[in-house]
Amino acid sequence: MATQQTRSLARFMMAPSVVLLFVWMIVPLVITIWFSFQQYNPLNPIRDGFVGFSNYALFYSNPAFLQSILNTLTLVVSVLLITVIGGILLALLIDQPMWGQGIVRILVISPFFVMPPVAALVWKNMIMHPQYGVFADIARFFGAQPIDWFGQHPMLAIIIIVAWQWLPFATLILLTALQSLDGEQKEAAEMDGAGFISRFIYLTLPHMSRAITVVILIQTIFLLSVYAEILVTTNGGPGYASTNLPFLVYQKALLEFKIGQASAGGVIAVILANIVAFFAMRAVGKNLDK
Amino acid sequence: MARSVTTQHKTIATAAAWIVALLIFFPILYTIITSFKSEQEAIQGFSIIPSGTMESYAEVQAQSGYFKFFFNSVLLSVGSTILALLVAIPAAWSMAFSPTKRTKDILMWMLSTKMMPAVAVLFPIYLIFRDTGLLDSRIGLMVMLMLINLPIVVWMLYTYFREIPGEILEAARMDGASLWNEIVYVLTPMAVPGIASTMLLNIILAWNEAFWTIRLTTTEAAPLTAFISSFSSPQGLFWAKLSAASTLAIAPILIMGWFSQKQLVRGLTFGAVK
Repeated sequence: MATQQTRSLARFMMAPSVVLLFVWMIVPLVITIWFSFQQYNPLNPIRDGFVGFSNYALFYSNPAFLQSILNTLTLVVSVLLITVIGGILLALLIDQPMWGQGIVRILVISPFFVMPPVAALVWKNMIMHPQYGVFADIARFFGAQPIDWFGQHPMLAIIIIVAWQWLPFATLILLTALQSLDGEQKEAAEMDGAGFISRFIYLTLPHMSRAITVVILIQTIFLLSVYAEILVTTNGGPGYASTNLPFLVYQKALLEFKIGQASAGGVIAVILANIVAFFAMRAVGKNLDK
Repeated sequence: MARSVTTQHKTIATAAAWIVALLIFFPILYTIITSFKSEQEAIQGFSIIPSGTMESYAEVQAQSGYFKFFFNSVLLSVGSTILALLVAIPAAWSMAFSPTKRTKDILMWMLSTKMMPAVAVLFPIYLIFRDTGLLDSRIGLMVMLMLINLPIVVWMLYTYFREIPGEILEAARMDGASLWNEIVYVLTPMAVPGIASTMLLNIILAWNEAFWTIRLTTTEAAPLTAFISSFSSPQGLFWAKLSAASTLAIAPILIMGWFSQKQLVRGLTFGAVK
């Protein structure tokens, strides 16, 4: 009796979320795809019109494009490596019995709550500034020449900042997974004479594998669209040395007003994200069934 | 013997963990320290003992009207979260309590909208905002932030609601509770903790969102993310003032974050890690 009624009620309750998300996803995406086949420049509207795939060709022949894809991937892969390996080590360390574990956790997780512009500015001026930064102070203390981080190693500097922001996230999630490991299993392995390393490889690591997958997938979503950190520190430079795909699209759209090219870049970003998303959804979907 | 080894082990672990933790926390700590220095002190080289002056804080407020941005941040993060909850609670509720064959697909699809890179829709959104006069308006940005976080809100609520046992509802019905009584006395008390932690996490996410909040605002609706980004220009470079502004921008959310560690794990992993 109730089922028919309940079902329509359920549909009614779900409708606002579904409709809102659908509109928010589809409408702008369709506009972007449409613009990617147009010549459109608000500052110079004379030549506007349909241009086929030439925006993609232009975007592709732009040397900045390959550089930006390379930078995007470098950033994602390096930060993933640092945060996952560092996160596992840190989680193992914090999981040991110690005094003040709660405070250690709070200190370690803190960078995650710092908004990206603040994180970038603090690193840029307080830590990495070639004259007044702490790194420069340390270099001078040892009689070395301070490094001009954003001039000489812009990508490395941005990788360090972004890794600092995401290491806490990886650590916290891996620590949570680690703490749910059955103590009896650990004891049994110890009784059987398993050393620290074999315990880690055969017991701890398999137990954490799902958490590691989740960390990689979620970080990848966010790392593919790093923006504020670049805007505030290097502004993509010197040249295009630290321009990633989101930043290039932003430059084309809102600074140069080459909307067609920017949209082509946006579509490429969507394709890139979808490849990642495909794997992400499968992994998260598996967890749902459990 | 065994005891002393344990104590030794514990001492080493404590020392190592504290050193690493302090290193990770150092940029934040040093910013807070520098915010209590004068401008001359701030550029005089490394020192962790400030003179304790509050002049930078006073100047940040006097020169740039810090509190306007702070107020915008509060309004946008809390407002967008409440909007998202209003839309998401019914959806999560129905998916948790009367799931259909398609529930899982809908959830996955909602999550997939989160994967769309913001830049891909930057210009269309910019156009829509410009043509509807929503650029630099608090309402427009609030809706924007609501949409960005809606998938996470639905997901988080869903994982919480799913843990409410259905048998309790049946028992209440057997005892003759009306639908209204059921909602008020049985379901709400059990749902409130989940809703509260969803709210907390989403306020944090909205507070720190740094793409749309920078690009879609100029002055009126600009929150702290936009305010801080304006310090990146060379003429804005005063170390102590920058530190004071940064400290003010992160302090409230840092403290909230400390209380929400558990929910953070759960919310950001979509319930996969608890």
